Amino acid sequence: MSDHPDPRDELVDHLPALRAFALSLTRNGAAADDLVQDTIVKAWTNIEKFQAGTNMRAWLFTILRNTFYSNRRKAKREVADVDGVFTASLSEKPAHDGRLQMTDFKKAFEQLPDEQREALILVGAQGFSYEEAAAMCGCAIGTIKSRANRGRGKLAELLQLEDGEELTMTDNATMAVIAQGGQGSF
Amino acid sequence: MTEQNDSEPRPHVAAQIDENLKRVYGEVAREGVPDRFRDLIAQLKAREVDQSEDAQ
Repeated sequence: MSDHPDPRDELVDHLPALRAFALSLTRNGAAADDLVQDTIVKAWTNIEKFQAGTNMRAWLFTILRNTFYSNRRKAKREVADVDGVFTASLSEKPAHDGRLQMTDFKKAFEQLPDEQREALILVGAQGFSYEEAAAMCGCAIGTIKSRANRGRGKLAELLQLEDGEELTMTDNATMAVIAQGGQGSF
Repeated sequence: MTEQNDSEPRPHVAAQIDENLKRVYGEVAREGVPDRFRDLIAQLKAREVDQSEDAQ
């Protein structure tokens, strides 16, 4: 399956993950698709720079994030055009299993700074090691750890998870109380 | 001294957050991708074939 003679044949297998990463970075559907498109073209035309046998997803993610930051610098625009696609396009699952309300979680996630979202996606969601993520972002391992931890801390704060016991809640009504700032009773 | 420095969450909270991240991210990744990406790859492939034929 992974024995492709041309590594570019493998590109298509990574498209869903690339798009998810792009959406989490841009938080804008059109911008995410443009970013994936640029990444595909760059990967295709620079395929000789890909080292066979290494992690192609990591290579593609590196291209994508570099393109994202480079575009952002060029645009000289710090305020992203967040269209809520990352939140809105997702199917809603009933939270009967005691987990967080997904919509609240996604909304909180969208509020994090770019670097923290990126670190959390790479390490927390995509499961890259801190070492891999640091290599992809061109920064120290400690920097990635710190960004991921600050991101988790901010999410916990936004979702009012720090008191711990909320995590065992099982129904939407209780969650709604929390979401409305009913932390006083905890 | 060890309490909540730099808003780092406790391990069980961090684990819960990561679990939800995986869930959200997995949902987005499972949505499928627009056809334009596969079309683009097909175009890149086709262009390359053209070029190699031109070169001959």
